[in-house]
Amino acid sequence: MVALVVLAALATASVTMGSKPLSAHTVGEALFRFDPSDTEHLVIRSLRLPRTVVGLLAGAALGLAGAVMQGIARNALADPGVLGVNSGAALFVVAGINFFGVTSLSGYVWFGMAGAAVAAAVVYAVGSMGASGATPLKLVLAGTATTAVLTSATQAVLLLNVSAFDQFRFWQVGSLAGRDEAVAWQGAPFVLAGAVLALSLGRSLNLLALGDDTARALGQHVVRVRLAAALAVVLLCGTATAMAGPIGFVGLAVPHVARMLTGADHRWLLPYSMVLAPVLVLLADLVGRLVIRPTEVQVGIVTAAIGAPVLIAMVRSRKGAAL
Amino acid sequence: MTVRTRSVRGAVRRRRARPVVVVLALAVLLTAVTLLAVGDFVVPLSEVIGAISGEAEWKSRLFVLDIRLPRVLTGLLAGLGFGMSGAIFQSLVRNPLASPDVIGITSGAGAAAATCIVALGLGGMAVSAGALAGALVTAVAIYLLSWRGGLSGRRLVLVGIGATALLSSLVSYLMTSAAVWDAQQVLIWLTGSLSGRTWTHATTLACCLVPLVLAAAVLARPLNVLCLGDDLARGLGLRVERSRLALLLTGVALAATATAAAGPVAFVALVSAPVARRLVRDGGPALAASALVGALVTLVSDFVAQHAFTPVELPVGVVTGVVGGPYLLVLLVTANRAGTSASRRGSRLLR
Repeated sequence: MVALVVLAALATASVTMGSKPLSAHTVGEALFRFDPSDTEHLVIRSLRLPRTVVGLLAGAALGLAGAVMQGIARNALADPGVLGVNSGAALFVVAGINFFGVTSLSGYVWFGMAGAAVAAAVVYAVGSMGASGATPLKLVLAGTATTAVLTSATQAVLLLNVSAFDQFRFWQVGSLAGRDEAVAWQGAPFVLAGAVLALSLGRSLNLLALGDDTARALGQHVVRVRLAAALAVVLLCGTATAMAGPIGFVGLAVPHVARMLTGADHRWLLPYSMVLAPVLVLLADLVGRLVIRPTEVQVGIVTAAIGAPVLIAMVRSRKGAAL
Repeated sequence: MTVRTRSVRGAVRRRRARPVVVVLALAVLLTAVTLLAVGDFVVPLSEVIGAISGEAEWKSRLFVLDIRLPRVLTGLLAGLGFGMSGAIFQSLVRNPLASPDVIGITSGAGAAAATCIVALGLGGMAVSAGALAGALVTAVAIYLLSWRGGLSGRRLVLVGIGATALLSSLVSYLMTSAAVWDAQQVLIWLTGSLSGRTWTHATTLACCLVPLVLAAAVLARPLNVLCLGDDLARGLGLRVERSRLALLLTGVALAATATAAAGPVAFVALVSAPVARRLVRDGGPALAASALVGALVTLVSDFVAQHAFTPVELPVGVVTGVVGGPYLLVLLVTANRAGTSASRRGSRLLR
């Protein structure tokens, strides 16, 4: 509940604050009595509102995806970045820019999703080969290896094409700037589908946490749960990455914070992650907008700058010992 | 460089490790000579030998001695450093993920280098010096942050991942605020590249690496004993904490030096030791074999990066990433029984 209130407050702040502060009254007017000739209204409707909505959607998607991944991999280190999903999305976006001349965000969405799906499939396939199936460590190793391969391929393309690199370096840091309403509308259904699927997995993930054999004995279809989770992760990560670029660290850090609040029960952990993650994203976006006005620091840079010390502090804390 | 342990397994190890090391050394030498001979201007093998002994015509001498040899030496030495450093870390922390490129040491070097290129407008050796300092400072910070009444491998990896995220966000910020030309330079440096390396690079690197390699040779035996577990090592009369600190310092210095010379060449540190351990198959850290595998991987990748995509020349790190990744995947898939028990140990660390 508290988290929801904080989130609502932040969303309001995200709309009212910026390089030009506006009053809450103006915001209300812009929403309900829109006047196209008023610049302040225009700023709100065409810049800040879409930006906030995209932040909400992308944040929720990344937080949920991270929580699901950590549940499936039974591994505190799992997140879209570590398991290679982001690097798959990035490579496909670069390929889209380079070989198909894609320049619009709506074009990135499809490439991002395809890349996320391919990377997730490869990592899972490799991680579950061999004797003992998909052990947590093998998944992380497979993710690390796949990330390295895909990142190298991405770098190769970027080094061969300066203009693609120029476009990509701004997409790569993750940003909510210049996202219009269309992006939010295009992404929303995918995020919604992924979220519904992910939230329905709470109980199954609790059982999986007991180990595959125990879960099977209690009547879980382990493989089916993993596939559903993978689908949810691809939907969420691919869309979030395409909407806002690869915002690092949200999927890794937020579930840990949520776990400190809720304990290990996924039925609570998943919704909490979904609410806490946009808090982090919007906060980071606000900080980035206010720190060096009138220019801004991209949100992905700020999330890492805020999230990394938090993660390190948690690893050092007594609670962290149980991660 | 063999390890003398007084045990039956030690005897087996010596029999098994020596031929592997000799074969690897020959392979490294062969690759190096090939690299000296091949290129836009092909020098026959006899001329290569002649050029090194100073008896060939001036053109061969120019290409072999002045252009190709420093590059080959830099790659070879950096590869040795990466391989050995990875082996030390992975054995010491007992975690296959604990290589200097995963726990953030090389990203410290990268962030420092990017700062030098973009913010300070430096180039060449100054960037290398900055990278060296960045790696060392990062390593100390990570060590202090993950120390809590002892060092756990899992905590080290987690803290390292946090540090990496922080540093790479700094690099991203520099990239977006730089001119595209500078940003491209940063990208090439961050990928790991051997182009334009001169004798200055090669000799400086050699001066730094030789004492470190000797230190690692001296520390190989304590490392072997440490692999048996702390209690047993103490029982065998080893000063555990002191040996561990010395090994950590050596491993960090090796990785930092190699990164300063060639950039953080993707994956060499992570992949060399597992490959070497599978070749030697004695359960030990296989330092010498890991170092040679590192050198071999770096040289072969540089050969491919230079000549496979003509007219374009790619940085060596692109190739090590694209080639090294699948190799690690293959290793994962075909993990033998020793490997599975090791990975089970690792998964306990990571859970």
